[in-house]
Amino acid sequence: MLTIKNMSACYGESSVIRNLNLEVPDGKIVCLIGRNGVGKSTTLKSIMGLVKTPEGVIELAGKDMMKLPAYDRARLGIGYVPQGRDIFPQMTVQENLELGRKAKGGGEVPEYIYELFPILPTFSKRKGGDLSGGQQQQLAIARALVTKPKILILDEPTEGIQPSIIQDIGRAIRRVNRELGITVLIVEQYLDFVLDISDDIYIMEKGSIVMQGETKSLSRDEVQKMMTE
Amino acid sequence: MADIVNTLFNGLSLGSIYLLVALGLSITFGLMGVINMAHGEFIMIGAYMTYVMQQIFVSIFGKSGSLYYIVAIPFAFLVTFLLGCILEKTLITRLYGRKVDSLLATWGISLILQQAARSIFGSQGVNVTAPDFLKNGIKLGPCTFAYNRIFIIIMVIICLAAVWLLMNKTPFGAQMRATMQNRSMAQCMGINSKRVDCITFALGSGLAGVAGCSIALLGSVDSTVGQNYIVYSFMTVVLGGVGNLLGTVIGAMIIGFSSIIVEAYQSASIARAIVLLIIIVFLQFKPKGLFVIRSRSLDEE
Repeated sequence: MLTIKNMSACYGESSVIRNLNLEVPDGKIVCLIGRNGVGKSTTLKSIMGLVKTPEGVIELAGKDMMKLPAYDRARLGIGYVPQGRDIFPQMTVQENLELGRKAKGGGEVPEYIYELFPILPTFSKRKGGDLSGGQQQQLAIARALVTKPKILILDEPTEGIQPSIIQDIGRAIRRVNRELGITVLIVEQYLDFVLDISDDIYIMEKGSIVMQGETKSLSRDEVQKMMTE
Repeated sequence: MADIVNTLFNGLSLGSIYLLVALGLSITFGLMGVINMAHGEFIMIGAYMTYVMQQIFVSIFGKSGSLYYIVAIPFAFLVTFLLGCILEKTLITRLYGRKVDSLLATWGISLILQQAARSIFGSQGVNVTAPDFLKNGIKLGPCTFAYNRIFIIIMVIICLAAVWLLMNKTPFGAQMRATMQNRSMAQCMGINSKRVDCITFALGSGLAGVAGCSIALLGSVDSTVGQNYIVYSFMTVVLGGVGNLLGTVIGAMIIGFSSIIVEAYQSASIARAIVLLIIIVFLQFKPKGLFVIRSRSLDEE
């Protein structure tokens, strides 16, 4: 579904990612993990076209996206849930959701989204900025799903969120993956969540991948060691 | 009693004029953060387009009649909308996040447009004949309410309603607000932010054109007509709180009413000084204007 080959990314003059290779297979849930500041979020931003990527290839379903602006990448079928959620604070929950629908050229907000996140209809008239962190996270995922993405990209979806809501979010991600066949790429620090949800794991260090494999073939202790040492 | 009613009506009327000329600026400066010094010239172009439409009607029908003015309003909007679009695509788009540069560059554009107007229409002012339905006024006892003043009030209400509906009730309005609140997230929702910027800027310019149509009724039109309004427009937007329609309405009314009320007891120049004083004092206490709303800051890029 998503292939990254020899990609570099930089902020201004300073290069953050060098020669990154990453493959997200069709219909899988892939987690990208690593310590703070190794370039995980930057990788996601590179996929969206929000940071400069002077070298490499980023393909979505075989189509090269390197030269496309962020809005065209989104329209090709990437649903992005950024770190910090980035809900539009002055717009209502309903308006936040409908933005994704409009970007995709009409249609209603699909019914299953309210089923996945039953809190959303009750808050539909509230301003996005007034919701709690967990509610905003659910809204951000719902908003990304409204664009009917081929791949859903989430940046630390469990950050600062209470355990029961983390479970809800995990369940929702698994359901859209299994029932709608949406491929998922997650950047995450919370190891239990990662081991529970992912099919494949990539471990990142200093701007490149240092270890990768199927989740069930990796040993927990080894991964833990890579994350903490 | 009659004096008070007259003063209030004149205040409302002046306030509406300021509001009409500031409405476009509240979008380009208030929402987008572009300091567009050429806004006044878009007003001038709107006024000249009214004159052009009048001349076209004279050459076709032999007289201008009243209908020309009705046609002139959308015509002025369209011309200034397209010019705004061109200005955004060629210049403004390169200057987002560079406030001082955009101030200088648009000031240059303003000078170019003024000279162009002088070259095309001459340095003498031209006059627009008010259409028949705007001559005279309603007499109520000792008070007279001029039709053209009432017309401007109605015009500003229509423009306000249109802008409000567009921003709050249409898909494009939602995309516009999203882009202004968080540009990169809006892009990640598939919103073509370049297109939104262009149309938003063009819309602000188009509203200046409509304001120009109304200004044309108030006196002769020359190349500097926009200059008389640009400072007041900026003051209105800043006073009301950048990025807020309601703030712009109240800002315009404060400036309009205080000018007229002071003018009723003192001279016009004292009135100007006092209005400036009110604004300075006011901004000392509320530096961000009456209503503060977090809006997109173009400095981020």
